[in-house]
Amino acid sequence: MTAQHDAGLQLREITKKFGTFVANDAVSLDVQPGEIHCLLGENGAGKSTLMNVLYGLLQPDGGQIILDGEELHVENPRQAMAAGIGMVHQHFMLVEVFTVAENLILGREGGPVLNLEKARAKVTELAGRYNLPVDPDARIEDLPVGIQQRVEILKALANDAKYLVFDEPTAVLTPQEIDELMIVMQKLRDDGKGIVFITHKLREVRAIADRITVLRRGKIVGSAEPGTSESELAELMVGRAVDLRIAKPEAKVGQIRLSVKGLTVANPAGAVVVDGLDFEVASGEILCIAGVQGNGQSELADALLGNAQVTSGTVTLDGVDVTHSNPRQTIAAGLGFVPEDRQHDGYVANFTVAENLVLNRFTTQPFSKGLALDLKAIADNATDLVERYDIRTESITKLASQLSGGNAQKLVLARELSRDLALLVASQPTRGVDVGAIEFLHKRIVAERDTGAAVVIVSTELEEVEALADRVLVMYRGKAVGIVSPETPRDVLGLMMAGVPYEEALANSKAAATGKDN
Amino acid sequence: MTTFSAAEAVLDQVVRLEKVESADQKRARLSTGSLVVAAGLLLLGLSFGAGQIAHFAMSNAFDEVQLPTFAVPAGPAVLISAVLCLAAGVGLISGRLSPAWRRAAGVVAGTSFLFGFLSWAAATSALPFPVSNQLSGTVATATPLILGALAGVIGERAGVVNVAIEGQFLNAAFAAGIVGSITKSIPAALVAAVLTAVATAALLALFAIKYLMDQVVLGVVINLLASGLTGFLFDQLVQPQSRVLNSAPTMQPIPLGPLANIPFLGPILFNQTILVYLAVLSVAVVWVLLFKTRWGLRVRAVGEHPKAADTVGISVVAVRWQAVLVGGIFAGLGGAFFTVGSTGSFAKDLTVGNGFIALAALIMGRWHPIWAALMALFFGFVTQMASQLQTLSTPVPSEFLLLLPYIATIVAVAGLIGRSRAPAADGTPYIK
Amino acid sequence: MSSTTSRPAFLAYLSQYWREWAITGAAMVLALLLGAILMVVADPEVSANFAYLFTAPQLALGGAWAKVAGAYSALVAGAVGSPEALAHTSAKAAPLICAGLGVGLGFRAGLFNIGAQGQAIMGSIVAAYIGFTFQLPYGLHLLVAIIGGVAAGALWGGVVGWLKAKTGAHEVIVTIMMNYIAAGLLAWLLTTAAFMRPGRMDPISPEVQPTSALPGIYQQFHLGFLVAILAAAAVWWLLERSTTGFAIRAVGLNPNAAATAGMSVAATTTITMTFAGALAGLAGVQAALGPSANGVPVPLTVGLVGTVGFDAITVALLGRSRPLGIVLAGLLFGGLSAGGLAMQSVAQTPLTLTMVLQALVVLFVAAPALVQTLVPILKERKSKKVAMAGGEA
Repeated sequence: MTAQHDAGLQLREITKKFGTFVANDAVSLDVQPGEIHCLLGENGAGKSTLMNVLYGLLQPDGGQIILDGEELHVENPRQAMAAGIGMVHQHFMLVEVFTVAENLILGREGGPVLNLEKARAKVTELAGRYNLPVDPDARIEDLPVGIQQRVEILKALANDAKYLVFDEPTAVLTPQEIDELMIVMQKLRDDGKGIVFITHKLREVRAIADRITVLRRGKIVGSAEPGTSESELAELMVGRAVDLRIAKPEAKVGQIRLSVKGLTVANPAGAVVVDGLDFEVASGEILCIAGVQGNGQSELADALLGNAQVTSGTVTLDGVDVTHSNPRQTIAAGLGFVPEDRQHDGYVANFTVAENLVLNRFTTQPFSKGLALDLKAIADNATDLVERYDIRTESITKLASQLSGGNAQKLVLARELSRDLALLVASQPTRGVDVGAIEFLHKRIVAERDTGAAVVIVSTELEEVEALADRVLVMYRGKAVGIVSPETPRDVLGLMMAGVPYEEALANSKAAATGKDN
Repeated sequence: MTTFSAAEAVLDQVVRLEKVESADQKRARLSTGSLVVAAGLLLLGLSFGAGQIAHFAMSNAFDEVQLPTFAVPAGPAVLISAVLCLAAGVGLISGRLSPAWRRAAGVVAGTSFLFGFLSWAAATSALPFPVSNQLSGTVATATPLILGALAGVIGERAGVVNVAIEGQFLNAAFAAGIVGSITKSIPAALVAAVLTAVATAALLALFAIKYLMDQVVLGVVINLLASGLTGFLFDQLVQPQSRVLNSAPTMQPIPLGPLANIPFLGPILFNQTILVYLAVLSVAVVWVLLFKTRWGLRVRAVGEHPKAADTVGISVVAVRWQAVLVGGIFAGLGGAFFTVGSTGSFAKDLTVGNGFIALAALIMGRWHPIWAALMALFFGFVTQMASQLQTLSTPVPSEFLLLLPYIATIVAVAGLIGRSRAPAADGTPYIK
Repeated sequence: MSSTTSRPAFLAYLSQYWREWAITGAAMVLALLLGAILMVVADPEVSANFAYLFTAPQLALGGAWAKVAGAYSALVAGAVGSPEALAHTSAKAAPLICAGLGVGLGFRAGLFNIGAQGQAIMGSIVAAYIGFTFQLPYGLHLLVAIIGGVAAGALWGGVVGWLKAKTGAHEVIVTIMMNYIAAGLLAWLLTTAAFMRPGRMDPISPEVQPTSALPGIYQQFHLGFLVAILAAAAVWWLLERSTTGFAIRAVGLNPNAAATAGMSVAATTTITMTFAGALAGLAGVQAALGPSANGVPVPLTVGLVGTVGFDAITVALLGRSRPLGIVLAGLLFGGLSAGGLAMQSVAQTPLTLTMVLQALVVLFVAAPALVQTLVPILKERKSKKVAMAGGEA
């Protein structure tokens, strides 16, 4: 693999620094036409940085890019596209208020006057050629995520790209949409495209890769054959043996603390996003809400906090109706809340660590007396929590923006868990956090359960669901598909996440298994 | 792949989430409805104290074709308007109207309120209310507002907030005044105005796009700079020799052939200055530019999702610069109105907030050139009405009438528009 | 705010912020330079000499130097050249500081309070009305007038906050409109019997009672300046030491996180705008009740508060929305204003030049990169930015 190919796309010794942080350290990678090359690595390993260098969105500090034996300079995406490199971005690069056709011709309009007729024809032609049907006149914001991704792929193909980069394309898809995407990628490979597939999901890598390269902390740490086992890949990716399953004592289920009945929530545009949800969570129990992103889980969490518009139904916490309470009231009633996007909702980046650690309690004793803040109490609290939760910071007066992702999450969790909680609601508690911290955070959550709180975890990662859940509620389009045991097979959970009821999913999965056996 | 087909069946269902009224929509419905009801109640109150007869003159003394003056019994007219207004308000509050009916209710409420109020005001005076003066005055007053709003529309569609329309107006008016005075040429004055406003726009672009200064604050500072600069130059340079430097020619109405002779409409629409025609033309030009050309597609993309534009090879910075500078052209034409378009002479701060009204028009017009122009016309109408009623010496103090456009803006922004949707990246600098 | 200046703390502050100060200084020098060029260009006599730049440079350059030096030395003398000048500067600075605090407080909560002008006008209307209408004893009269003016400003600002919280109406548009409405209201009031001076037909009110005037201390240096400093201290305490300030700062920096943590963004918006309006109202009170050069307050007219509300925006920007910064910026622009008047009368250079200088200073301060390009010495040698930007965001 290290041999010098003349053909193909090669990255040689690419180095990219942000300040003193080395995101890519002399990384070399190559892809040949007609193969799928998986780039595997944890969040923050430098995968996207590398691809942004290739696509001209970032300029490298060292190294070169070689296309079919000739050095290629990409200073901007236009040059990358002209050279035949296309990119399917993790966060779709689609203008939401534009139609499919408008998005597709953006940047290659072919003349000063817009010709939407031609654009539509182009969409239809491309969609036909690659068998990816879309309506050229649909507005992006009206399309489901899977179809939006189709548009994103068509956009990458529109320039007759020879090489395609898929940057974490599966994060927002249902397991079945993922299967469909795999088929599309295989077909593109068979058409002779060279594909770089970036992911951190081992199952996907094993399913589709022709070659595998693993990136850790900005460096290539090895390559692997497609047959390599998941545990070996995980070890390569993380740098040590990993067991995501933490030792978790049996749940000692007590009284019901949280009771949700017929909960219906509308988003600001008036769409019903949580639709008649019923469930209960008892003291000493973890209920995981599983589902593909965007099926109402975030809105459910917001509704529990009191930050969403509940149109009907009730939420009862320890016998008290909190359906229409505002966040201040639910927090006072004993809710601990870890938001999905911690940077957006969890802490104030330009506040100090100490200030963030009292963000939802600064008006209570002992942190304030009357209108005046008690700075000493705030500092003491911070010193204590920083130590107990091992938050790595130079000092409690540093700004939270200087914390790493894992430490920022510890900060949020420390703040929430340092109170007496009746209910903990945590969304994606370990997203973007490195493996060491995941273990720590999971243990803390289980410990909170064992103190008698009811715990609700919203997660799109099946690994996390399996590690934490005592029961699993699967959500699909705002409705509960079912509440099942965490031991339920993955493919059944996967089907449920696509809206297939438990019984049917089980039957289907069995049929598939027998089908394979024959 | 049996599992696959089951999932596919689910996927292929048409995604149509159930809709209910959200909190925002409910608030908008209630506030709009109660505003209209309040307007109706006001009219109802006025109808009891209305005078006898309201006269409406359809032509002014100089028109070739003299149309009759209508006499309307004021009490019943105001009463009917009040009832219509109330009905529309109740309909809006009920929330049972379809979107088309809602729009109709809005139009009914607006026209009946204006008619009712005018009838009441006209009945307090023996003189007739000059309808044709009102309308042709509306067109003239709205001209700079339309042009200013268009300048804002283009910039903001590209993601650059323009609070500096006022400053662009002021600089352009000053340049048009001086150059007009020296050259005695209207076209030269217009060119000078456009160049000056484009230069001001360049300052906006430089600090907003290159130096990432907060765009609202930047706009305020540019306005201050324009006021200081034109004020200083006026004091130092123009004032001492105002006969040479502050006596620009003024634009004369240009009748558009036979169209100008159409009774009633002719003098209003087809006997205006070149600037008015340019304003109307500009609305069409901007609409075509934004929605029918490659450049417009890129401008809109850059204002909605700059990163997406960047990834397909569009230079966000370049497109934003272009949009702000092109906007400057229209702001320049609008600024010229205040000197060569009216009296021909410059005075300190003579734009008196028109730039801000243009800004309000573009926000209420939801960043769309045609709607923004219509909103500008609305402001023109209200301003013109205030000055017309001033001459009729109505019981409402004229100082209050002059405040109408400002109050209307607050009412509209707070009650009718609420959280309108700006281009997603409006005001956000793009950093790679 | 390192107002506790033990020596090491002061040094640490210096090493951390010297560049910020240097850039502010350079911004002022650059603004003065541009102002000088403007003066030369706009003076036909002086600029005409530049035709002989190569044949008789001393004529051109000497003329330009005389013009610029004359104007700027008059400016400096008028601002700080004598005790009287300093007193004058303090009187000009007091309302700027108050209104600047109002604008700055809004900034800290993420609100653009462009409405300090209207709020100050409302403050001046009510303070002056109380001042010339009622007969009250010394002390009490002034107190009532101040409270009335502050309350009027608070109301004018609070309405904006309330509208924003309730309906989402953008505060920039609403405050701008409220400015015009306040100005129109004042114009109308000055035509009514309650406000018109007996025996006059022009829009001018009676003089306020001596009992309600802000007592002078030395010349134009009056109690109002001390009130402004007190207000700055109060705002500092509010922002840095109170729970309300904690919420204001949190909402300003990240409204989503603040809401998630149980703070009410709507309530904070309304409270902030009310406080901001009160502070701007205090600026109006200063204009209505502060003694002028002849020792008595200027009666209410349409132009009484001048452009204090717009100047306040530049004060808040230059002061970086921090109370101490605002006091210093207020003093600077107060000096510019006092000196500008001297420059106008002594050097025949129009006062409007100070407006240009003010805008230029703020533009330069807001674009440190531009200043660093023009004055390369101020460039940082190494980028110390710690990588947050890396990774796969």
